[in-house]
Amino acid sequence: MNLKATLALALSALVRNKARSLLTMLGIVIGVAAVIVTVAIGVGARTSVQQSINSLGSNLIVVQPGSVTQTGARSGFGGASTLTPDDGLAIAKLPGVAAVSPMVSVRTQVVAGDNNWQTTIAGVAPTYTFIRSWPLASGRFINENDVASAAKVAVLGQTVIAQLFPNGDSPLGQTVIVKGAPFTVIGTLSALGQSGLGQDQDDTVLIPYTSAMERLTGLTTVNALMVSASEQEQIDPVQQSVTRLLEQRHRIVPPEMDDFQVRNLQSIAQAASQTGTVMELLLAGVAAVSLIVGGIGIMNIMLVSVTERTREIGLRMSVGARASTILRQFLAEAIVLATIGGLIGVIAGGIGTLAIGLATHWPMAIPPQWILASVAFSAMVGIFFGYYPARQAAALNPIEALRFE
Amino acid sequence: MARVVEVSGLGKTYALGEERVQALRGVDLALDAGEFVAVMGPSGSGKSTFMHVVGLLDTPTAGTYRFEGADVSTLRADDRADIRGRRLGFVFQAYNLLPRTSAVENVELPMVYAGVSEAERRTIALAKLDLIGISHLANHHPNQMSGGQQQRVAIARALVNDPGLILADEPTGALDTQTSKDIMSLFARLNEEQGITIMLVTHEPDVAAYARRIVTFRDGLITSDTRNERRAA
Repeated sequence: MNLKATLALALSALVRNKARSLLTMLGIVIGVAAVIVTVAIGVGARTSVQQSINSLGSNLIVVQPGSVTQTGARSGFGGASTLTPDDGLAIAKLPGVAAVSPMVSVRTQVVAGDNNWQTTIAGVAPTYTFIRSWPLASGRFINENDVASAAKVAVLGQTVIAQLFPNGDSPLGQTVIVKGAPFTVIGTLSALGQSGLGQDQDDTVLIPYTSAMERLTGLTTVNALMVSASEQEQIDPVQQSVTRLLEQRHRIVPPEMDDFQVRNLQSIAQAASQTGTVMELLLAGVAAVSLIVGGIGIMNIMLVSVTERTREIGLRMSVGARASTILRQFLAEAIVLATIGGLIGVIAGGIGTLAIGLATHWPMAIPPQWILASVAFSAMVGIFFGYYPARQAAALNPIEALRFE
Repeated sequence: MARVVEVSGLGKTYALGEERVQALRGVDLALDAGEFVAVMGPSGSGKSTFMHVVGLLDTPTAGTYRFEGADVSTLRADDRADIRGRRLGFVFQAYNLLPRTSAVENVELPMVYAGVSEAERRTIALAKLDLIGISHLANHHPNQMSGGQQQRVAIARALVNDPGLILADEPTGALDTQTSKDIMSLFARLNEEQGITIMLVTHEPDVAAYARRIVTFRDGLITSDTRNERRAA
C-alpha cells in the first residue's frame, strides 16, 4: 500500500471516531499552543528590550561612581562622589570615543506660571542629544557658550511641556523656575516614549551641566558620564581604556577597588536576552512535558483502539494485509492524530497570540521555524508513542484475532 | 481440471500449555478447480485447523501443501499474506465487516491491499455486489443491514479478487434457517454458474448438503470423502 492510501486509511479510521480523536489530540493541541504563545511572548519581549536599549543611545557606555563605605555601611554604586567633568574631558580625548557628556540629575519641582510639576532635571553637555540619538522638536539645544557661562537655559521634554503648558502655548522663550532660579526655555525635545524599564523618558528638563552643579547640587562631581563609542566594535576597547584612564586619574592601584563603574548597554542587553533565553527554555520545558503527556494520551488511545479493533486487524490480515502494512496503518493513525493536533495547536496558539497582543499591546512575533518545529515535533511524538501500539497490532496472530470477542 | 489444493501427509502439532496437541495427523486431500466441498466433523476434529492451513493463516508442522501448483508449506508470513489477499477469499461466521464503513468500501478492502487503483476498485466492487444481488445496498453501513445481507456483502468481498478458492467457515452459523438456505443457495449458484471453487467448513449436515463433495474429519484425520449425490437446491 502506498503512502497516500495509508494516510487516507488512517484519516478515515480517525474520522470514524471523531469525538475520541479530538479528545486524544487535545493534549498535543494544548502543548503546541502553549509553545507558540510563550515563544511569541518571549520573542516579542526580547525585541522590545532590544528596541528600548537601542533607543537609549547608540554604542553607549555609562560611567558611574562606585560604592563608598561610611561607618561600615556600603552605599552601593553611585554612592561615591568621585566623577568630575574633567574626567569626562579626559575620556573625550581617548581613541574610539565619539562624544562624552556629564550627567547631573536632580529630582525637583519645576514651576511655570500657575503650573508646577516634579520632574528630573538633567545637567548635560551639548553632545547629549548626539549620544542619546534624541532629536529636538523645536528651538535649539544647549551649546558650549551655555556650558561655559553656566547659563540659565532649559530644553523641555514633551511630558513636562504637557504638564506646564497645558493650553498648548509654545514654551519657547518662556521662563520656568527651578529651585528659585528662572531658566529660559530654548528648545523642546521630540517624544521618546517609555524606556525599556517603563520609565517615561520624556519626563525631563535638560540644562547645562555647569548650571546644574552650580545652582542645584552645589557639588563639583557628576552623577554619571555618558560616553558614546564611535562604532559598535569600539565599545569593548573603549570600556577598557576608560577604566584604565580613570584608575590612573583616581590613583587606584590594584587590589584597591575602583571607585567607579563602567557599563555598556550591550552587556545589559545581553543579560536581558539571556534572561529571556532562560525563560524560553523553561517554557519550552513545560511545553515539552505537556507534549509528552499528550503523547502518552495518544499511546493509551491507540492501545485501546488496537484491542477494540482486534477482529478488524484479523480480517485485514486475512484479506491480504501484511504485518508491516498493519504496523504502518496504526503508526500512520498515531502520526496523523499527533500532526493534526499540532496543526490545530499552531492555529490555537496563533489566535491566542493575536488575542494577547490585542489585549496587552505587547509586541509579539511567531518565528516561522517554531511553527515548523512544533508540527515536526508533534509528528515525532506520534511516531514515538504510536510505535508500541502499532507493533502490538502487527504482532497479532490472524486466527486468534479473528476469534477475539 | 486444474488442481487448486493438494495436501499430503499434512500434520499440525501445537503446544497447549504442557500438552502437545496433534490437531492434524497426516491429511491427504486434493481439490480441483470448480469443486464445492464441505468439510465436516465434530469440534476438535481438526477441520478448523485444516481450514486455517489451507487458508494460509497457519503453517503445517508436517507434510506438504501445494496451492495452485506451488509449494506453500513453508512460505514466509508476508508471502502468505499476499496469496491470501490475491488468491483466496474468506467468509466468516461473524461476517467481519468493518463497522461504520459502507458495503461497497467493505467489498473493496482486499483490493486495497492487492494494490488495485481506486477507480478500478469501485467498479469491481459494484460489479460483485450486483452479482450477489445486493447492489442496492452499496452505500449501507453494516448496522443498517440484516445478517443475511451482511453475509452477502462478505461473500462479495471474498469474490472481489477473483480468487482460486473461497473458504467459508460456518458461514450460516449466525443466521436463521431461511436465510441460511438463501446463503447456501447463493454459494451453490456461484459454484455452478461462475465455476468458483468453494471449501465450506460446517458441522451442520443441512448446510453440507449443498456441497458436491463431503469430507469428514475425526481426530485429525479424514474418515470419509464422498460425492454428494443428493444435493440440496
